[in-house]
Amino acid sequence: MTDPTRIRNFSIIAHIDHGKSTLADRLLEFTGAVEQRDMRDQLLDTMDIERERGITIKANTVRIEYPAQDGHTYVLNLIDTPGHVDFSYEVSRSLDACEGALLLVDAAQGVEAQTLANAYLAIENGLEIIPVVNKIDLPSAEPERVSAELIGIVGGSDEDVIQVSAKSGAGIEELLEAIVTRLPAPEGNGDGPLRAMVFDSYYDTYRGVVCSLRVVDGHISDGEQVRFMATDLIESADEIGVLRPTASAVKRLSAGEVGYLITGIKEIDLIRVGDTVTDSIAPADTALPGYGEPKPMVFSGLFPTDGDEFERLREALDKLRLNDSSLVYQPETSRALGFGFRCGFLGLLHMEIVRERLEREYDLDLVATAPSVEYQAHLTDGASVQVRSPQDLPDPQVLASVSEPYVKVMVITPSEYVGTVMELIQQRRGEMGEMTYLTPERVELHYQVPLAEIVFDFFDQLKSRTRGYASMDYEPGEYRSSDLVRVNILLNGVPVDAFSSIVHKERAYRYGRAMVERLRKLIPRQLFDVPVQAAVGSRIIARETIKAQRKDVTAKCYGGDITRKRKLLERQKEGKRRMKMVGQVEVPQEAFISALRIDE
Amino acid sequence: MSDPVVRAAGERAVYVHVPFCHRRCPYCDFAVVDMERESSPVERYVDALVDEIGMAEDWAPVHAVNLGGGTPSVLATEQLARILEAISERFGLVAGAEVSIEANPEDITSQSAGGLVAAGFNRISLGIQSFDSGVLRSLGRLHDPRQAREATIAAKAAGIETVNIDLIFGTPGESTESWLETVRNALGLETEHLSAYALTVERGTALSRAVAGGDPGPDPDDQADKYEALAELIELDPYEVSNWARPGAECRYNLTTWAQGEYDAFGLGAHGHRGGVRTRNFRRLDVYLDQVEGGRRPVQGTEQLDPWEREKERLFLGLRLRNGVRAGAAGAALLDSVAGQRFQAAGILKAEAGRLLVTNPLFTDAVARESLALTPVS
Repeated sequence: MTDPTRIRNFSIIAHIDHGKSTLADRLLEFTGAVEQRDMRDQLLDTMDIERERGITIKANTVRIEYPAQDGHTYVLNLIDTPGHVDFSYEVSRSLDACEGALLLVDAAQGVEAQTLANAYLAIENGLEIIPVVNKIDLPSAEPERVSAELIGIVGGSDEDVIQVSAKSGAGIEELLEAIVTRLPAPEGNGDGPLRAMVFDSYYDTYRGVVCSLRVVDGHISDGEQVRFMATDLIESADEIGVLRPTASAVKRLSAGEVGYLITGIKEIDLIRVGDTVTDSIAPADTALPGYGEPKPMVFSGLFPTDGDEFERLREALDKLRLNDSSLVYQPETSRALGFGFRCGFLGLLHMEIVRERLEREYDLDLVATAPSVEYQAHLTDGASVQVRSPQDLPDPQVLASVSEPYVKVMVITPSEYVGTVMELIQQRRGEMGEMTYLTPERVELHYQVPLAEIVFDFFDQLKSRTRGYASMDYEPGEYRSSDLVRVNILLNGVPVDAFSSIVHKERAYRYGRAMVERLRKLIPRQLFDVPVQAAVGSRIIARETIKAQRKDVTAKCYGGDITRKRKLLERQKEGKRRMKMVGQVEVPQEAFISALRIDE
Repeated sequence: MSDPVVRAAGERAVYVHVPFCHRRCPYCDFAVVDMERESSPVERYVDALVDEIGMAEDWAPVHAVNLGGGTPSVLATEQLARILEAISERFGLVAGAEVSIEANPEDITSQSAGGLVAAGFNRISLGIQSFDSGVLRSLGRLHDPRQAREATIAAKAAGIETVNIDLIFGTPGESTESWLETVRNALGLETEHLSAYALTVERGTALSRAVAGGDPGPDPDDQADKYEALAELIELDPYEVSNWARPGAECRYNLTTWAQGEYDAFGLGAHGHRGGVRTRNFRRLDVYLDQVEGGRRPVQGTEQLDPWEREKERLFLGLRLRNGVRAGAAGAALLDSVAGQRFQAAGILKAEAGRLLVTNPLFTDAVARESLALTPVS
């Protein structure tokens, strides 16, 4: 058993690219948790996509033993957190397992919105914060300015900010000392009945479900019968252990410690993250406060390009869900795209990652429909229905009103871009809230914005308007009634469900116009004229015509080279195979993907 | 057997490739040796051709001989005569066989045309392309409209039975009026045969590089307009997508290729079709010469189709002909297919008396593409 006073549980809060994973690597290396020869960059990021994109998706933990200057050896549990807004619910879970956090900021970039949001979250959770400025060796580093920003957020003075270079290792020992001396030891009743918080879980092909645990009270022993309090499952603790960072089994984990638990459970759905594990014979009376279920915010239809791949898509989604319980999906049928799934995601990045994994790891060719949010349709008979797909919006005759989710958006931007940022948010129907100058050069803006206005390309727009300097974060807000209509897109008179969208009434014309113009360019000419129309109800609001093709013939047979001519035609036909027939119109895959990308 | 297509299916033809050109045209991707820029061992090549013909398998006398290129008219009359003699000697020619040569106007004078007749040619195809000097310049041609007219008149005067004028339409920068003027000029020369090809951007050509670099490419709608304008004005019979002739003056060699008939082929990069096997010769001059001089036929590859592929090929080739193609198993499958139904509904494809016709030749490739993807009707 580890003396709780010699344990420090902490997270690193940082913006993407600010060097969190590199800092974790350096801590592991400095304390000898990983031999130099085993080091590979960004050890904690295990998934290929994580490593490629340089972001962490699943929380990971690692146990480090550090002989401090006071002569004692401390156990440091680093609980990794994801760096992206879509995964903020994982951040809060991770923070719940900690007493302290390192607020890591790039010396050249300064504080970003997500970092700030997570820092506020940590402060609200009562965590002790150590501000850390990273990349001090960069030529463009401004450690003094960034220190001032950090102090503005967490208080304290210059001496409280630790300056490091995770890359070179400068300042690492000082940081380790700060962790030991400034972060509190875990509290908890070491002798009470077992209460351990499941703050994460993942599926391992060989071991089944692995739970990440923080023991709050009592202790858990190898082989004991444990009970998951929310689900009332009783299971044997087949293995308990810690990650150093490779898994190493232990006999016992006691109050304050962080580790993993493997039971006989093979289905991830049976484990609820936020559940409390207790002893089945001498259980605790009350569970620890749990977490809310992560709520999907963005919905999109995923369809295999090749209709025969539907079952493979289902299997792939089932497998992905083993490790990503925030992914939800149900079968959906589209007239244009055939059989597929309506999927719910935590955000746009989550959506992109899922789609990329499906295409890359499962070799699927997918068409994704325009991202949508969850509307509430209020009917004339007083009932309400959830609308996750434009198709589900009830007929206007029975529809009393529609409300849409708003989000609270925080943007941090250099003050010179405040004007353009405000303009963007106003275009997106945003309502201004507070505005605070962090320093004379940096402003924090708060808005209420319809989520639907954020999911398209808001982030890209924000970045391009501010030369990449602004950052943003958002959290769910309330539902508000809005003047929303469904714009249908008709191809040769046939509505194409994949292109229809629920939009604000004032935007209907612009959306319709943009879509028909885009489709006219994207859809190749056919044997006949094809009208492309946008309609609200029965009213046509925009129209373009794809003129009939006039000529589809080449002249020569190349001096008797029949083979070449035949192969050319066969290749062209192969290209046509990837088209979807919508009504009588051949629509290339590319049209589905490109048409749904609406620029300003 | 009065239908020239039905007849051609059972005929034997010979193709001889002469790759040499005074200069390569920017749109051309044939096997060509640019005499301005590359070493051009013309005599050695003719020797090789004669040797290669000598190595051919036995065959009955042939019905058509075509010298294509490149520009066969760059050869001296004696060299052309040697090639024809080699063919006569190896296979023999049937009585009244078509003996044709492709020529550039700048090579054809009264004298040279007389030489061609003496050597045995009875058909000439003149690469005139346009009667607009601006268009000729952008096509990289070396002749002018006057030379084009004079060459045609000389060929006719020399007694060549069939004179063909080759035209290209839809060159970027060619106005509608320019094209109509070209057509009027060509028709005014009253030849027996006319071919008109839409300018096509082939990969790897100077033209494709220019278009990729931002130069305007041919516009398909403009080409469709020009094709229709020509079809309106011309009085010769349209017998294939790009070919018009006085009845009886259709090109036998070309008909043989479209009717899936047999042709042996000699020379650089030449393609043949004998005994159900398609062959292609080496396209590099040094390799070709090495092979022949080493006593080997310079065949780089062969292709033999299975019966169903061959049946589909018959359909796709025959669809180019104005009188269509016998429907057969592939035709039945096409009529039965979703695409086939679509084409019929759009009025592009017609079934008539056991034959299939593409009623709008501008959509021949659309139908051909679907034909090649057919599966047998079970």
